[in-house]
Amino acid sequence: MQVNENFEPVIVAFCCNWCSYAGADLSGTNRLNYPANVKIIRVPCSCRVNPMFILRAFQKGADGVILCGCHPGDCHYTSGNYFTRRRITLLYSMLDFLGIERNRTRLEWVSAAEGAKFAAVMNQFVADVKKLGPNRRLEDLRCRKQ
Amino acid sequence: MQRIGVFVCHCGTNIAATVDVKAVAEALGHEPGVVISQEYQYMCSESGQDLVKNAIKENNLTGVVVCSCSPRMHENTFRKAAASVGLNPYLVEIANIREQCSWIHKDIASATDKAIILGKAAVAKVHLNAPLTAGESPVVKRALVIGGGIAGIQTALDIAEAGFEVDIVEKEPTIGGKMAQIDKTFPTLDCAACILTPKMVEASQNEKITIHSFSEVSDVKGFVGNFTVTIKKKARFVDETKCTGCGLCTEKCPMKKVPNEFNMGLDNRRAVYIPFAQAVPKVATIDPNYCMMLKNGKCGICSKVCSVGAIDYKQTDKFIEQKYGAIVVATGFNPIKLDKYDEFAYSYCPDVVTSLELERLMNAAGPNGGTLLRPSDKTHPHTIVFVQCVGSRCDDGKGKQYCSKICCMYTAKHAMLIREKYPDTEVYVFYIDVRTPGKNFDEFYRRAVEQYDVHYIKGMVGKVTPKADGKIDVQASDLISNEQLHIDADMVVLAAAIEPDKTARPLATMLTTQMDTNDFFTEAHPKLRPVESATAGIFLSGACQGPKDIPETVAQASAAAAKAIGLLCKNSITCNPCVAHSDELMCNGCSACEKVCPYGAITYQDKEFRMPNRTTAIRRVASVNPAVCQGCGACTVACPSGAMDLNGFSNSQIMAEVDAICK
Repeated sequence: MQVNENFEPVIVAFCCNWCSYAGADLSGTNRLNYPANVKIIRVPCSCRVNPMFILRAFQKGADGVILCGCHPGDCHYTSGNYFTRRRITLLYSMLDFLGIERNRTRLEWVSAAEGAKFAAVMNQFVADVKKLGPNRRLEDLRCRKQ
Repeated sequence: MQRIGVFVCHCGTNIAATVDVKAVAEALGHEPGVVISQEYQYMCSESGQDLVKNAIKENNLTGVVVCSCSPRMHENTFRKAAASVGLNPYLVEIANIREQCSWIHKDIASATDKAIILGKAAVAKVHLNAPLTAGESPVVKRALVIGGGIAGIQTALDIAEAGFEVDIVEKEPTIGGKMAQIDKTFPTLDCAACILTPKMVEASQNEKITIHSFSEVSDVKGFVGNFTVTIKKKARFVDETKCTGCGLCTEKCPMKKVPNEFNMGLDNRRAVYIPFAQAVPKVATIDPNYCMMLKNGKCGICSKVCSVGAIDYKQTDKFIEQKYGAIVVATGFNPIKLDKYDEFAYSYCPDVVTSLELERLMNAAGPNGGTLLRPSDKTHPHTIVFVQCVGSRCDDGKGKQYCSKICCMYTAKHAMLIREKYPDTEVYVFYIDVRTPGKNFDEFYRRAVEQYDVHYIKGMVGKVTPKADGKIDVQASDLISNEQLHIDADMVVLAAAIEPDKTARPLATMLTTQMDTNDFFTEAHPKLRPVESATAGIFLSGACQGPKDIPETVAQASAAAAKAIGLLCKNSITCNPCVAHSDELMCNGCSACEKVCPYGAITYQDKEFRMPNRTTAIRRVASVNPAVCQGCGACTVACPSGAMDLNGFSNSQIMAEVDAICK
């Protein structure tokens, strides 16, 4: 597939307030770079993210959605990220059924201490989405920016 | 119609260097509903806050967006500012354009674009913010201290001093922890037992302090101000209330070959034992793994000799439930296991010992009564080699990456004590660096080198090989003279790295507190909130938070106590209003939300609803207890009908943010 060098994907990142959002802050404090394509939405817990939000992002033209939470066992709310893990597994099978590339959606565990991991994950994810090219299949053309 | 104010902070040059703040303020000024958009050098400063306050008053704002640092930093500052001029604090949103924008990106154009998008998302969200009122919940005036080492004892004493009830839960049969095992303390060389045991007695005699020894925390429920903790009192097969600690049973027990953990297994104890003479509580404990009566039903000598009838072979684990307002974690540390370090011959040569074992060997209450003798043949060692950083500052995956902090100082102490007591003994210390920051620490180390002629050699020990004649060949490199050394040693002492206690991780899960990758508890802020965990009501004391020496541990213990007292002094605390709520008209009573709630905050009620044609119907609907809900939002996703929503992070708010980012 042709890779368009100038393609700048829109990436939505959902980060849980306790681990991943703090991890994102830490990567900022440590001045670790990752592309500006990533825009973070703060949620109390990764289990707050309704799979509908992810589909909504794709519908509105996002090219990739990444969901970050505390490591399994470390959830601030004890068990929230286990729910997330199951829900995302189900979402994956639905996306597979719809024929959406698996790599456009990602679930990652990033703790509050893992600033470097956060930056590395974002760099990798943006690179992967760039390779996939723009999201065409789920994008609702009526939502496209004029 | 919404009237929103946008305030963009320069943060000196922290934001302004990579984000064109004027362009951000200009662009956000055109967003729907935005009536004022300003930028300022330091929005969090008093004059910056005044700017926000005045704008709220003059423009009659209904929502505020501050584009600044992380909400984890200053969300509360701006919420308070808004509240002070009568705007509901939950109508303030922060766009994080520092940690998650200006500090990450170097290109001004893309960073500015991103800042504008983040600002737009915050504006879109604040359009849908609802004023929230925080409820109040009462504070139980009792504290729990988990761990009865010097950290836990100090915390408990301080809290009791302030007049609050405190319970100490200690997993061992006695409080005292690691400090009880230590012989002398640096840099003053005063005896550890002489300063610790009076504190232990003080704790046991304080009427506000209850000590649950040989107990563990088995369950924690609830939240700040109102924790319900289940404590498991392990069966010690001795009635604590009857035992006088006379020790007759420990003398008569025929099972003599039980490794004594208090002396690091260097000698033996009986199956019924009191860990050490100054134990608190001074109560015997029967070790069920060795007691012949408990194993085979044959013996029973201890119960025959006990004059007060305290022995109870039928005792079982007891569970007690207690409510607490605050919990202090003081679970402490352990030296790492050295099974991965075969090069130091620790597993098969008895004369290779760890520093804590040396501590017991030199202690007057230790296996040799305070005379330093080789464990193998009980002879006096003439050459002793200390190896530093065994498992510390190690990035090969075998050990720990961090510095264990206390080893340099205790090794200097050991070296000095040995040279003082046995001037004919040569002492070598192999080190990577000698780290002695601390009051009177470097002077102490200099004394070891200059006054006591301890041979400090910068270099690593490569291999330790026991020889047939009982000596130990220590092969090392001297990094300064760049030569290989062979030392014929009589004893080798390894400064093993320290790691958090194994009970810490399951405890952190129960407490829903955070740990770092090394299993040390994470403090709420590394600089400004060093003794609080990120979970409200949970405080950190001592080495469970990171490697620490005794003075630092005691300082942190008192600090944690002060924070806990601050909480216990309040009659009630404000709850987080960002909790779930259910729309009763949409709820179909399916129980999906109840099943995923980790706090049991959701219950079902039968409610009467008006139906068409002047009839009524009784339906089962979910109802959330706002005092118990912690606001994770698991239920909002589980709800099939969309009745459940989360204040502050509602479905529509998050959707609005998604839309703003993708637009």
